[in-house]
Amino acid sequence: MKDKPLRLENVSRAFGAVEVLRALSLEVERGEFVAVVGPSGCGKTTLLNLFSGFDKPTAGRVVSAGRVRMVYQQDGLFPWSTVSENILMGLSEVKDERERARQLEEMLALIKLKGFEQHYPHQLSGGMRQRVELARALAGETDTLLLDEPFSSLDYLTRLRLRRELVRMLRERPRTVVLVTHDIEEAAQLADRVVVLSERPATIRSELRLELERPRDLTHPEVVNAVHRILTELGLERDTENVLMQV
Amino acid sequence: MIEEKLPPRARLLPLAVLLLALLLWTTLALLRVFPESAFPSPLAVARGFIEEVRAGRLLDDLVASLFRVTTGFALAVGLGLPLGLILGGRARARAAFLPAVNFFRNLSPLAWIPFAILWFGIGDLPAIFLIFMAAFFPIVLATIAAVANVPAVYFRVARNYGYSGARLLTQVTLPAIAPQVITALRVTAGLAWVVVVAAEMIAGRDGLGFAVWDARNGLRMDLLVSGMIVIGLIGVLIDRILLRLTHIKSVRWGYER
Repeated sequence: MKDKPLRLENVSRAFGAVEVLRALSLEVERGEFVAVVGPSGCGKTTLLNLFSGFDKPTAGRVVSAGRVRMVYQQDGLFPWSTVSENILMGLSEVKDERERARQLEEMLALIKLKGFEQHYPHQLSGGMRQRVELARALAGETDTLLLDEPFSSLDYLTRLRLRRELVRMLRERPRTVVLVTHDIEEAAQLADRVVVLSERPATIRSELRLELERPRDLTHPEVVNAVHRILTELGLERDTENVLMQV
Repeated sequence: MIEEKLPPRARLLPLAVLLLALLLWTTLALLRVFPESAFPSPLAVARGFIEEVRAGRLLDDLVASLFRVTTGFALAVGLGLPLGLILGGRARARAAFLPAVNFFRNLSPLAWIPFAILWFGIGDLPAIFLIFMAAFFPIVLATIAAVANVPAVYFRVARNYGYSGARLLTQVTLPAIAPQVITALRVTAGLAWVVVVAAEMIAGRDGLGFAVWDARNGLRMDLLVSGMIVIGLIGVLIDRILLRLTHIKSVRWGYER
């Protein structure tokens, strides 16, 4: 596991005169779930694009080994392909046809979409589509998942449900995960470590570790506390730690 | 789009309109609003139609016209689609060629008739040339627009999953533009059918356009109307056939969301 590092070393990225990331270093452990939060437009997606290789840094070094797959906010599925065909994209390296069919079945069962093999994405609900996206990214031998606000286009309840689904899927198929989100609750419910970015040019403002086992209830005190601390870091809540202590 | 659900009987409505039109036509003919030589009755047209079918002329003309349209249209698609793909994917080439393509797109293909006759004489070739000129530029433009409108996320996903070269073209680019291109094909085929009739009127010795022109010269208005009806019906039929393309399962997404 150690031989597949994933890290940014003093990475800067500027688009013309706009400096998006400045001397940012981030090391992601194998199997770790890291959530990146920060003000909008602070370069969260740029960070994922650097990890995935879509983008190159203007300075610094990106070390990313192993197979990396990205999951998008919405519409990342090919609309002209069925659910099966989309998931099979993730299994293209499996050469044996019977083995590929078996793994497809397994993924369909994992996302509870058996019976929808021949459906096209536009015939599915938003939640079902994102589950197919996750299945496609999780299929086969992937090392790292990069999730770019994967649930942000879904309604609130579906979002809560899919967080649980993601935890369940990752238990069956452990992966290193970097989740970019503006949903603080999502970060607090899912991540081992939450990285809070500053305003542009983004650097790491602070990091927060969560030891609590998953799946975590949204209202679990530790999750609530984490949300509070993240919001405080972002300057959106007053630091009431002392008040809490008194209670 | 929310459509009102019609009862099955509503299928008869177009038939009722047709009957009404026939009735009006017959009445006007019987009342001699226009002289008979300038306004044939439905019965005279039907007789003329049967006469043309019996003589085999109608079938010959139909085959001639369809051959020209099919050939010209196939050439336009075969060359226009690849060119649109190339230009659509390259900003510099697009910038260079787009004004010229737009110019020819807006130039009526009928303006080429004199040159068509000078260069290709009379017969199949000038008609095919004119159909090509009518269909090629719209297809190029539509393909360019379709390629430019493919969401970038599809290409990112494709790259992420190792698509490149021919596989990228056939499994990502082409399916992504298919719905828009099919719509363009329908519009352009209609255009091609309009143009073949005009082309044959002037540069043909057979074909439905020539038949109509010939009927006019022979003062056979019954044959002229029968030719007009056939031309219209074939046009509808061509569109119906191309409409089938939109029923292909893997392009439905383009019309349903």
